[in-house]
Amino acid sequence: MFNHLLSLLIWLPIVGAVPVLLAGSARPNAARWLALLFMVLTFVVSLFLLPQYDSARGGMQLVESQLWIASLNVHYALAADGISVALILLTTIVGILVVVGAWEVIQTKTHQYMAAMLVLEGLMIGVFCATDALLFYVFFEAMLIPMFILIGVWGGPRRVYATLKFFIYTFLGSIFMLIALLYLYHKAGTFDLRTLASLPLTFTEQAWIFFAFLLAFAIKVPMVPVHTWLPDAHVEAPTGGSVVLAAVMLKVGTYGMLRFILPIVPDAGAHYTWLVVVLSLVAIVYIGYVALVQDDMKKLVAYSSVAHMGFVTLGIFIAFMLARGAGDVDSARLGMQGAMVQMISHGFVSGAMFTCIGVMYDRLHTRLIKDYGGLINVMPWFGFFYVLFAMANCGLPGTSGFVGEFMVVLASFKANPWIALFAAFTLIIGAGYTLWMVKRVLWGEIHNPHVAEMKDINGRETFVLLAFAALTVALGVWPEPLVRLMDSSVTQLVQQLAIHKI
Amino acid sequence: MPTLNDVLVLLPEFYLVAAACLLLLADAFMKPAQRGALHWIAIVVLLVATYMVVAGQPDATVTAFGDMFVRDRTSEILKVFALLCTVLVFIYARPYLLDRKQFVGEFYTLMIFAVLGVMLLVSAGNLVMVYLGLELLTLSSYALVALNRDSPLSSEAAIKYFVLGALSSGMLLYGMSMVYGATGTLGLAQLHATATHGAMPHLLVFGLIFMLVGIAFKLGAAPFHMWIPDVYQGASTPVTTFIASASKLAAFGMAWRLLETGLGDLSPYWQPMLAVLAVLSMAIGNLVAIVQTNLKRMLAYSTISHMGYLLLGLVNAGPEGYAAAMFYAISYALMSTVAFGVIMALARAGFECEEIADLKGLNQRSPWFAAMMALAMFSLAGVPPLFGFYAKYLVLQAAIDAHMLWLALAGAVFAIVGLYYYLHVVKVMYFDKPVEGGADRSTPDMPMRVVLSLNGLALLVLGVYWGPLLGWCRHSFGIG
Repeated sequence: MFNHLLSLLIWLPIVGAVPVLLAGSARPNAARWLALLFMVLTFVVSLFLLPQYDSARGGMQLVESQLWIASLNVHYALAADGISVALILLTTIVGILVVVGAWEVIQTKTHQYMAAMLVLEGLMIGVFCATDALLFYVFFEAMLIPMFILIGVWGGPRRVYATLKFFIYTFLGSIFMLIALLYLYHKAGTFDLRTLASLPLTFTEQAWIFFAFLLAFAIKVPMVPVHTWLPDAHVEAPTGGSVVLAAVMLKVGTYGMLRFILPIVPDAGAHYTWLVVVLSLVAIVYIGYVALVQDDMKKLVAYSSVAHMGFVTLGIFIAFMLARGAGDVDSARLGMQGAMVQMISHGFVSGAMFTCIGVMYDRLHTRLIKDYGGLINVMPWFGFFYVLFAMANCGLPGTSGFVGEFMVVLASFKANPWIALFAAFTLIIGAGYTLWMVKRVLWGEIHNPHVAEMKDINGRETFVLLAFAALTVALGVWPEPLVRLMDSSVTQLVQQLAIHKI
Repeated sequence: MPTLNDVLVLLPEFYLVAAACLLLLADAFMKPAQRGALHWIAIVVLLVATYMVVAGQPDATVTAFGDMFVRDRTSEILKVFALLCTVLVFIYARPYLLDRKQFVGEFYTLMIFAVLGVMLLVSAGNLVMVYLGLELLTLSSYALVALNRDSPLSSEAAIKYFVLGALSSGMLLYGMSMVYGATGTLGLAQLHATATHGAMPHLLVFGLIFMLVGIAFKLGAAPFHMWIPDVYQGASTPVTTFIASASKLAAFGMAWRLLETGLGDLSPYWQPMLAVLAVLSMAIGNLVAIVQTNLKRMLAYSTISHMGYLLLGLVNAGPEGYAAAMFYAISYALMSTVAFGVIMALARAGFECEEIADLKGLNQRSPWFAAMMALAMFSLAGVPPLFGFYAKYLVLQAAIDAHMLWLALAGAVFAIVGLYYYLHVVKVMYFDKPVEGGADRSTPDMPMRVVLSLNGLALLVLGVYWGPLLGWCRHSFGIG
């Protein structure tokens, strides 16, 4: 079993989707329990990664490789490093919380909803551990199908527009990545990522491939200016869909940057660092302002996701600047580490924020801020969690939101104080849009009679929010284990940055 | 003189001729009550033929009747899939034909003759044989399209098909005569030896262009695609399925025979022409499909675009490219049988289920067939992990290997355009509410339900386990 731990993690939820589907629409409870069972099983299996993965040694471990298509030298190759392990754990945790969160909320076609979630979970884990480019691409693209269905079937009024936009937008980016991969295969005769990393490429080739990759991953992250699908998708998606989208799927974009842009086209990456840094800063500052004026809570959190993911891309490419330009490997590591921590932290915080909005939406069926107000009077426990996650969202020390952002700002200060200045803006803007939302939703007098009738969170909701809260605080107070888990992998990534391929 | 050996090489073909004639006779003398047996007999006939093709597969290339007929691995694979697709068509057609009182023996006989044409065409070793196989296939197809004679739409489609088909056959024949004039031979093998750059290139290229028109017409590549939408829409759905599956395999076989085994040395001339056809097909097919409201017509335009992708493989003009194109043809045949199969499964007397709007809310009424249709649509769109993705991936790779990056990029761009209308079908089935008068229940015919389900699931299974099929395709063109 231990030789195939990663395969087990991928296929367990996907195979689990079959009995869930078979439970049928007549037995929604069976579907719920089965889905929960498989999510928990997957989570338990993913815990085995921690003892199995030797974080001191770093590098790709738990390697599985099987010839998939002999005539093309395509392998079913899986492996995980510290970053993969952290992201897989994030995925399996969020998986459980999403199923629990959807328990009573999803009343129509429950079995299909749960099955789509399970398939999505397996595919996302697949993305995080594929080391063959074609296999990665297959997982990367296949994720779109369950998400398309999730948004389209259980989404809000404009769901069709949102889900088509989501699918076509993402497909648009990735098909050019496919062309780039095919070109690399044409040169190297393999899709093995390690071989591709050592493939010599001229600068022109690197530049074209870089932009193909960047387009694919920037859309997924999403970066400005290709972020426009995200607010629509988030607003229309069901709560569970939003949580998975924000918590895990966006990370696929930045993870792809680590696995593809950094090792395969380092010179083009270094050359165009300015572009990504500028776009990240635009995301952090400008999108922050955009979030400020939203009157729909989901849209607000969606824009704040774009801003926070800007920190991740900033951290990754600041590392380029530091490692290449100044030769400051330590600071480069700091930036990269910050980006990684931010990825995990944003997974929990944004997932929690969307869950909170879901909790309110289930009661009042509106997401508009103006319909709420004075919620704390009727839902004190909910208010407690909401304020906690809001604080984490604006990066309060002691919550996970602080750690990553702080590290990235620190690293960017080494690269260029101006970058740090703009990046640090987020502390003000982030606090602005988040706290202002909290003020308008939670505090004050109750002016909507329906708000007065709202009941506080029940046991199920408390469980989900408590889990998110525990993770957020634990990561904020004691990020050490997570940092250590990813440390050697980050070091290796940063060392790779310094290698010239031309 | 033909020897016994020659006959043995053609055994499956001779067997099919005999079986088709016997079926015709049986149909004439059977009592109406017994006619139902024809269906099963025809299926058994085709399965036996498939077995004969597989069992009699030669280790090396075998020729018969003075090189008129070539039996090699490529032709065997194409024959097997053409026969299997026809079996699928028969199984899907029965409830459809019974519902409409169109269950007649001619349908089966004509189909068998058509598939015989496919077999002769893909095994042709001589220009005359190519023409013979093609005519057998197309003449049977004209009749099949016209079979539903009370429908003005069908008659119109048949006439259009016939007139345009005759025109393109004439072009092909004219091209062949030019090539004959330039080289003095009709045998493809001799042609390959003589048709080099040196030998009167002008006349040869002139002939090549006309032959290419014939090939493009058969494939349905733009700008020779005009017949496709009308025929797909006008023909009864089983016939459309045949034209979209077995017939496309034949078209690939014909293109390969003529272009590679015959005029392979002229590839510098035909490569750019195919590239133009490919881009036009992908563009016109995908863009026009967007505005269609009739499902069969939309699938017709989708065929045009798919033939553009298939051409990307041929443009490569090397064994890898041919293998990719053949893989594409097979995958397309399997995907289109699913898509049209679901249409037939949902159709009932007086209801064709051919408008996209008819599928509204299908997921609530018939979740299983909605899922099958969704698989077909995602597969046609080329979304991994479904079968269709790998076909697209292989032809794009072939274009890049042929140093035509721009062609691969064009393919990528039009794949995005195409995505929209496939997703639209999924959207209608899953996101819309069911309407009165739409598709509600699926056929109760058990064999069809089972086979169609297997056909649909095959798209998923082959999406994971596509190595062996690719291996056969590549092996048949002599690469590992």
